[in-house]
Amino acid sequence: MTVYLLRRSAFLVVSFLIAMVAIFVLLRLLPGDPSNALLSVTATPEQIAAAQAQVGADRPVLEQFGDWFAQLARFDLGESFISSLPVGPEIAARLVVTVPLTLLAFALALVISLVAGFVAAVKSDRWYGILISGLSQLGVAVPVFWVGILLVGVFAIQLRLLPSSGFPRDDWADPAEALLSLTLPVITVAIVMSASLTRYVRSATLDVLGSDYLRSARAQGSGFVEALWRHGLRNGAVPVISILGIELATTFLGAVVVESVFGLPGLGSMLLRAIQQHDYPNIQGVLFVSTLVVLVIGFLADIAQRLVDPRLRTSLSGNR
Amino acid sequence: MNKPIAFVALGLAASLALAGCASGASTDSSSASSTVEIGSLYEPQNLSNVAGGGQGVTEAFNGNVYEGLFKLADDGSVEPLLAESNTVSDDGLTYTFTLKSGVTFHSGKELTSADVKASIEAVLAEDSQSARKSSFGTIAGIETPDDATVVVTLEERSISFIYNLSYVWIINADATDGETTEDGTGPYTLGEWKRGSSLSLEAFDGYWGDAPATDEVVFNYFTDATALSNALLTDQVDIVTSVQSPDALTQFADNADYVVSDGDSTTKEILVFNDRVAPFDNVSVRKAIYSAIDTEKLLNSIWGDYGTLIGSMVPPTDPWYEDLTQVNPYDPALSEQLLADAGFADGFEFTLDTPSYDPHPVVAEFVKSELAKVGITVTINTISSDEWYTKVYKAQDFTATLQEHVNDRDVVWYGNPDFYWGYNNPEVTALVDQAEASATTDEQTAALKQVNEQIAEDAASVWLYLYPQIVVAASDLTGYPVNGLNSQFFVYDIARS
Repeated sequence: MTVYLLRRSAFLVVSFLIAMVAIFVLLRLLPGDPSNALLSVTATPEQIAAAQAQVGADRPVLEQFGDWFAQLARFDLGESFISSLPVGPEIAARLVVTVPLTLLAFALALVISLVAGFVAAVKSDRWYGILISGLSQLGVAVPVFWVGILLVGVFAIQLRLLPSSGFPRDDWADPAEALLSLTLPVITVAIVMSASLTRYVRSATLDVLGSDYLRSARAQGSGFVEALWRHGLRNGAVPVISILGIELATTFLGAVVVESVFGLPGLGSMLLRAIQQHDYPNIQGVLFVSTLVVLVIGFLADIAQRLVDPRLRTSLSGNR
Repeated sequence: MNKPIAFVALGLAASLALAGCASGASTDSSSASSTVEIGSLYEPQNLSNVAGGGQGVTEAFNGNVYEGLFKLADDGSVEPLLAESNTVSDDGLTYTFTLKSGVTFHSGKELTSADVKASIEAVLAEDSQSARKSSFGTIAGIETPDDATVVVTLEERSISFIYNLSYVWIINADATDGETTEDGTGPYTLGEWKRGSSLSLEAFDGYWGDAPATDEVVFNYFTDATALSNALLTDQVDIVTSVQSPDALTQFADNADYVVSDGDSTTKEILVFNDRVAPFDNVSVRKAIYSAIDTEKLLNSIWGDYGTLIGSMVPPTDPWYEDLTQVNPYDPALSEQLLADAGFADGFEFTLDTPSYDPHPVVAEFVKSELAKVGITVTINTISSDEWYTKVYKAQDFTATLQEHVNDRDVVWYGNPDFYWGYNNPEVTALVDQAEASATTDEQTAALKQVNEQIAEDAASVWLYLYPQIVVAASDLTGYPVNGLNSQFFVYDIARS
């Protein structure tokens, strides 16, 4: 296991470095000029040149890359081209919204999908089992912004129970208020997320239910619940954990849409605006942090899988 | 307690709890009456107006946080603000300004002529991105004989000089970071700028003029127009500075809780020809295209009952506006006749570079179908705003394009043959120069009216329509600007009745 951990960590670091280079190079390959965001339809050639100098577009790409890497080594994400504000603190301020949003939605989706998926599998012949399967199929097809608009229409505009958008100016100073403004976004994401998760939980449960080991356990006298608890849970969890990792990462990255619908000042809306403005330091900063988060989630999911299933531990670490 | 009363009490308690939830739902943490919440789609990129800050910083700061020697009022007139008085020498080359006394910056420092000099010089600086930089090319020198007097000498007469000064924010000469902080003289100071979310303004106790009507004003920023409308519907914001989609209006127009104002904007939707290249170097071809497009139908399909038709570059809030909508009337028969006269009886083809954002793609489709009726084939080439800037504006590599031009008093660009649209009529260039060198505003107005008429006669471009300036506000709100020229939005008179 130790060797596996070391090997997996090295893999994490190398993928991260490759991702960083790719982000930098791809951004520079995109068509367009970042200085355009600073210019108006009356800009003189002199102003165009000044804008290019301001965003550093007049310097060699290799030099820009070296600067960026040197900055990263000092844990500095640089300054925005457009606002001149340091990128790091702004990302930190945005994470205060995006991380709770993602984790709360993930937790809610997990609860919904574990219960719904299990019921749908165990009671696959009953009307409610069939209904859950049907709803989860439907949920996978529905875009997140549509669910958001629907929920806003009902709970914010018609019933006036919850805010339609925004986040408190003083962030989490009043946790109740902050939670209230996250309620609809969290439910929106959780609904869409739990639809696909329910299907995975359902099929993993069905696999377990039809397995030989479960039948053997029951033949040896275990009750259904006891057999499921002792043998089924672990086996069913392995495929679900890897899907959970992917879902968590997807939700984190997919915050763009839901943050836009709900006017939330999170990482997604920061990325959206930075892309519109060709604000390279901001784009790089957001991608840096999200890449890190996604890779770490994948890393943790792998470790978790191996902790749950000893067979994976031995087969992948060379019997040590 | 008997049962019915217990139920009523329970019901009351439940509805109170819900009401508590609902009021807690607002992002406003202070008491409602002392704060006005404004909803906008235009977040500043930075807080300086000489660093390419975009229209967001003008909307939030111009006249509210920073003030000029003069201000452009909502009706388009220019009024003195920090200038107590000004005199102009007989030759029109020397302007002497006396500053108002008792004006202090938010930092507490008193306003002096040195600050005015430094502020004008910031606009002229090498790295300045100010839209007014080129207009100040005639400045020969700025003197400050005493703390209250500024003397500006010009190389040549510039009747627009005072008007141009209304765009110059007077900034504390000692201030070091204008992009993320401020030190102005306006009725409000910057409270907190929460990037991606809001920017709050707080009343400045030491303001030289009348205290603003509301203690705190908060601009709440949205990236999604529907989210913005929803925020207004749920009382999270009290007013929306500029509605960009008429679809959202139906829910407010017939609702007594809201007032929809239809003001005059200065934003023109233009079908721009590259007047240098064939066939658009031919006046008859341009006029033929103008007459082939039913602009009234176009405006109605995009804005419903809102917006204005203009027959030239000039909006009604410019002093030299005149109704020229009949110079190139909608008349497909006339259009075909003009095309035949120009040798294009069988029509021709051209590519229309169309910015990818609203309303341009819809306008492009409309233009394409209208021109097809007179035998002209349009190929729509959709490009990003970034590509538009590089290809059309900088490289002037296009045949025709769509663009919105937002500024007031910008008809003068037709006097510059090097501008991206390449309109070159020496008579118009001379008139624009002459207007700028006028001794009186009457002379200037007369000359620029001639410019309007000539460019309309030449169909230099097709001025499709003038955007409406639609402000939607809660009906208990008063004192907000309805025209909002050049994206400015004075908030100091806004109050709840």
